[in-house]
Amino acid sequence: MNAPVSPNVVLEAQHLARHYSLKRGMFAEPATVRALSEASFKLSAGKTLAVVGESGCGKSTLARLVTMIEPPTAGELIIDGKQVHHTEAPSHELRRKVQIVFQDPYGSLNPRQKVGTILEEPLRLNTSLSASERQQKARAMMEKVGLRPEHYDRYPHMFSGGQRQRIAIARALMLNPKILVLDEPVSALDVSIQAQVLNLLMDLQQEFGLAYLFISHDLSVVRHIADEVMVMYLGRPVEFGTADEIFNTPRHPYTRALLSATPTTEPEKRRERIRLTGELPSPLRPPRGCAFHPRCPFAYEPCDVDQPKLLQAPGGNAKVACFAVQGELL
Amino acid sequence: MTAVSASVRPGRLKEFWRYFSENHGAVAGLVLFAALVFVALAAPLFAPFNPDQQFRDALLVPPMTRGSEGLFLLGTDALGRDILSRLIYGARFSLFIGVVVVSVSLIGGVIIGMFAGFFRGWVDTTIMRVMDVILAFPSLLLALTLVAILGPGLTNAMIAIAIVAQPHYVRLTRAAVLSERNRDYVTAARVSGAGPLWLMFVTILPNCMAPLIVQAALSFSGAILDAAALGFLGMGAQPPTPEWGTMLAEAREFITRAWWVVTFPGLAILITVLAINLMGDGLRDALDPKLKRS
Amino acid sequence: MPILEISNLSVDFRTVGGQFRAVDGVSMTVEPGEIVSIVGESGSGKSVSMLALMGLLPWTATITADKMMFDGKDLLTIPARERRRIVGKDLAMIFQEPMSSLNPCYTVGWQIGEVLKVHLGLDKRARRDRTVELLELVGIPSAAERLDTYPHQMSGGMNQRVMIAMAIACNPKLLIADEPTTALDVTIQAQILDLLAKLQRETGMALVLITHDMGVVAETANRVSVQYAGQKVEEQPVSELFADPHHPYTAALLSALPERATTRRLPSIPGVVPGQYDRPSGCLFSPRCAFVTERCVEKAPVTQGQAAGYALCHYPLNQGKPVGHPGPAAILDRRLSA
Repeated sequence: MNAPVSPNVVLEAQHLARHYSLKRGMFAEPATVRALSEASFKLSAGKTLAVVGESGCGKSTLARLVTMIEPPTAGELIIDGKQVHHTEAPSHELRRKVQIVFQDPYGSLNPRQKVGTILEEPLRLNTSLSASERQQKARAMMEKVGLRPEHYDRYPHMFSGGQRQRIAIARALMLNPKILVLDEPVSALDVSIQAQVLNLLMDLQQEFGLAYLFISHDLSVVRHIADEVMVMYLGRPVEFGTADEIFNTPRHPYTRALLSATPTTEPEKRRERIRLTGELPSPLRPPRGCAFHPRCPFAYEPCDVDQPKLLQAPGGNAKVACFAVQGELL
Repeated sequence: MTAVSASVRPGRLKEFWRYFSENHGAVAGLVLFAALVFVALAAPLFAPFNPDQQFRDALLVPPMTRGSEGLFLLGTDALGRDILSRLIYGARFSLFIGVVVVSVSLIGGVIIGMFAGFFRGWVDTTIMRVMDVILAFPSLLLALTLVAILGPGLTNAMIAIAIVAQPHYVRLTRAAVLSERNRDYVTAARVSGAGPLWLMFVTILPNCMAPLIVQAALSFSGAILDAAALGFLGMGAQPPTPEWGTMLAEAREFITRAWWVVTFPGLAILITVLAINLMGDGLRDALDPKLKRS
Repeated sequence: MPILEISNLSVDFRTVGGQFRAVDGVSMTVEPGEIVSIVGESGSGKSVSMLALMGLLPWTATITADKMMFDGKDLLTIPARERRRIVGKDLAMIFQEPMSSLNPCYTVGWQIGEVLKVHLGLDKRARRDRTVELLELVGIPSAAERLDTYPHQMSGGMNQRVMIAMAIACNPKLLIADEPTTALDVTIQAQILDLLAKLQRETGMALVLITHDMGVVAETANRVSVQYAGQKVEEQPVSELFADPHHPYTAALLSALPERATTRRLPSIPGVVPGQYDRPSGCLFSPRCAFVTERCVEKAPVTQGQAAGYALCHYPLNQGKPVGHPGPAAILDRRLSA
């Protein structure tokens, strides 16, 4: 954990947490929602870390912390060598290092701005470039992401979902960020368009040496694009390792269930089904002990008492937060 | 391109016009309103006489009477002034009142509502409670009280009406801002370094304009009506200003003897307000996405 | 006899920019007890054809068809009253958004009971018993207590179960599921798909599954109909479709799936699905097709026979090779960039 930061690590999180306090009427004690706890990872330039999980697992909260929309409640967040303050607003310089692409290409572009204005806005806010310089840069970026020059004067509603996502990607890259947070960037797109956007993202990563924090629930996309994978459940990482290891030898029962629940078109890839019963628990009332134990087919005595820590799994490099795995019962 | 365009995608303005023109009343209102604006602007060309000129030999003559100076199309009032000319010049005042009141209340309401919706918390609570207090008074009564404090006169009447109209804009703006502020494009602007003022007025505001434009159109007529009412009660424009409400007030005592002195200013107010309201309904149909059908 | 038989169904919408054909000459049959999947991307008209069947399209739509028979009744000619008796009883539908498909003002018990009252005329006592039975059938724990809960008090997965309970309340002969799991999490999606398959097996009803997810199709359906830009471009039994797609669109779609990718760069389909304003001449897929020739641009293709998967293509693929194709030299330069 305390190893010296290697030069190309651009994003580092240690025991990162974000809690919200929720008012419940005038007299009740405010409840605390632990949207994210104990998230630790390092991300190097040119690499992709995928964060995988279902709704309420804390992946969107992580995105909001990394993009500095919200400050962390606890833990350290180090972006390009600089620590993000818990109370102070981040500086412009720090802010421009992390940009974000959202899931919904229809909501993420201002409907009243032309494409040119959308792309130039980050430059207007952060640089002192002249109008013609800004336009030149915007047009160059449009070409990079595969938009035609005549698109410069059009409004977002004239574009299809895939083209809008290209515009959103172009906007995110205008400030030459080091880290791009991709919050489900292709899940709202059709399969044929999804492949185009994924290819574009891979090309851009190579060209600019971008670090991707790739948030997704689609495991086949993650498998294709990610170098490392962090599986989360109810605000906590439950398994963390290289993509190959996670997909080839998933250890945590939740990871296994997730993989087996993902429908596949290739019968030979179909896994032994682990069907989870029950619902995702409410983050307001998380289960005691391991949050997954009420749905876990392998739960035993310690599971509803203590919270398992994320530790290196026996016989592997991945880290797993599961008593059964750590006790080599699985 | 191998593709043959079956039909051309309509532009924004064209689409707007299509929805607007579906409502025939709205088009009629627009035509009437445009005519009114034109008449008001070119008043000297249309008015047969000077609105303040008194013809002592033609006091209270009925419509279509030919006097020594010419034809009094809509008759004259108790001081021998041509009613048609006064109505034409009066249109200037009515429109002026509408424009000023709407601009003042719109700008003020948008700024206040934007702060309330954007910052939430105690700012929001304070602002909205003050607005609730204003809305708790009957609007004309409040306007009257304000004019009584400020002193009668057209300017003060407009200020009073603007203050009374303001809460509607505040509420509308706040509601629109609340629904827009958590959209992804706002977050994206924040991530690229936009400050609160930029977010409020460059990013969010243009997306809140549709309901505000509709409200502005509808409160335009309300302002004219209120100003006429204040004029009628003697608290608005003062004689001899040819403001429609003031004209009505002056004509009150002749109501049984000379029907035309009250009828025509009343009709002028009615037609103007009706035209603007019809136009406002059309605007709502065309701009409100909730009512839009494709 | 098929439970559902549609032939040459077209749906046109009146829009600001003129007529728009959302469904273009689609035919399909569903046998009793069969799971048929309609798969396609957005704008493929896959939901519209089923909504037309249910009579749920807005007034701007014009429906034309040679035949639209459900369970021996001609849906084109029957009066609206009789159609209402069928829809919801023998012919039921569930939608993508369970949260907005249920009325937030009434309890789930009341809403299911209403269906039973309208279609079966059960009395209060019988309705309550049947509702509890249905909720248990769709796997809602402590069903009797759930009768008095409101939709917003339950999760999306639970609401979708309620929707399913409501749809199967009158033992329908055909259930249409329009993207039933798209709004749900992966583990919940698996539960709902298992549930649908189980109910289908137990009740013997036919199931039409509308989806864009190839994985869901592969694991659930017996037969698949692929739609593109309002047209049916291919129809095959599920294993054959994934093993040997006959239409270039199906083939391209399958190879664009990340899980089937062999290279790091995904083989994507250039361009976008044509919309109202850029419908190409000839074959609708021609601007994006890897095998496009002059003939494809000039002439609309006709539907091929069963051996070629009813592919709507001039040169249907056989093991990835276009049959009757004049060769690579005839392939037009694709003007649309990726």
